[in-house]
Amino acid sequence: MPRSPLRKDGLGELLARAMGGDEAAYRRFLTEISTVLKPFVMRWTRSGSPSDVEDLLQEVLIAVHQKRHTWRQGEPVMPWLYAIAKYKSIDAHRRRRHHGSVDIGDLAETLDDPTTVPNAVAYDVARAVGSLSGRQKDVVSAISVEGHSIEETAQRFGMTKGAVRVAFHRGLSSIAETFGRK
Amino acid sequence: MKTDQLIDSLVADHAARPRPALLSVWPLAALAMLIDLALFLPTLGPRPDLLSAIGTWRFDAKLLVTGLLAAVSILLLQRLRRPQPARAISRSLKWLLLPALLLALLVGAELLMVPADLWRARAMGTNVVVCLPAITAMGLPLIPLLSEALRRGAPSRPTLSGAVAGLAAGSIAALFYASHCTSDSPLFIASWYGLAIGGLALAGALWGRFVLRW
Repeated sequence: MPRSPLRKDGLGELLARAMGGDEAAYRRFLTEISTVLKPFVMRWTRSGSPSDVEDLLQEVLIAVHQKRHTWRQGEPVMPWLYAIAKYKSIDAHRRRRHHGSVDIGDLAETLDDPTTVPNAVAYDVARAVGSLSGRQKDVVSAISVEGHSIEETAQRFGMTKGAVRVAFHRGLSSIAETFGRK
Repeated sequence: MKTDQLIDSLVADHAARPRPALLSVWPLAALAMLIDLALFLPTLGPRPDLLSAIGTWRFDAKLLVTGLLAAVSILLLQRLRRPQPARAISRSLKWLLLPALLLALLVGAELLMVPADLWRARAMGTNVVVCLPAITAMGLPLIPLLSEALRRGAPSRPTLSGAVAGLAAGSIAALFYASHCTSDSPLFIASWYGLAIGGLALAGALWGRFVLRW
């Protein structure tokens, strides 16, 4: 695992600045740890397929975000980070074992090509975004579906970046509430 | 969603929403004691000869063991709130040996001091039928209360942490019950308090397994 000096001590400093409200530091922190955690996460994904690794990595990032207040300033970041990553990896591992997975290689002929057929995910996303109204719908749709940045979205609707963030966040929270997954 | 996009949303969320806060277990433990005091005083209450009992070693020892278990398990809860490497957790758990060793020592002393034909009578005590349900009833409501500190944190071992919450709840309840109960022998404490607190630890483990996962 590559270890630049930044990763050893700098992560704590970045996270401390982020917790103090520095957004750029938080973005950098999350970007850094996704690099740091990737090899760890890879060892926990049985298939090792890039999409599984990405899924688990994202689950870990969300957990780190939701539990960022459990880091104590001045405490080394790494043991804390790996403890979260391990918890989430074991969790995902168990879930997958319970649900099982099927190698779809043999079924390639009979399965639809997901890129050409409107699939369940696209349908769900449309349904989720459709449950919103007004500005929240516009903003969530622009960011999550069309993939615009916050800045672009702000320009497009003539809003401030802060207002876009708030609308985006409220929209996502409302979707989470409606569709029941925290 | 691409990871970059996810990071965008997390950063946005970080700015938009106030950060959640950790909850210390100490105020919860204080509240737990008040609740049990309010349950205990009007129902069972301390034994009438409390003052003279305080002068006897068996009575003091029983308060000491339950109090020590309560203190150690509350301290453990405070640590278990945060994500930790497995090694740090097993190191913390060793503190539980302290009340266990003290109890073993007291049991050993009792076995030496009391003739063997009285062991059985001492272990059965006089009011098992009150002891078990009383500790269980006073302990159960404390499990969700004390667990709140865990739920707002991120315990790496939710089931284990829940069990420790059960130990804390049970030992707080036992501490109050001890001032009511007239069976003071360490043999009685080890068997019946042990059984009641063990049951609560199990209940706590289940609570942890189903409620404290994150």
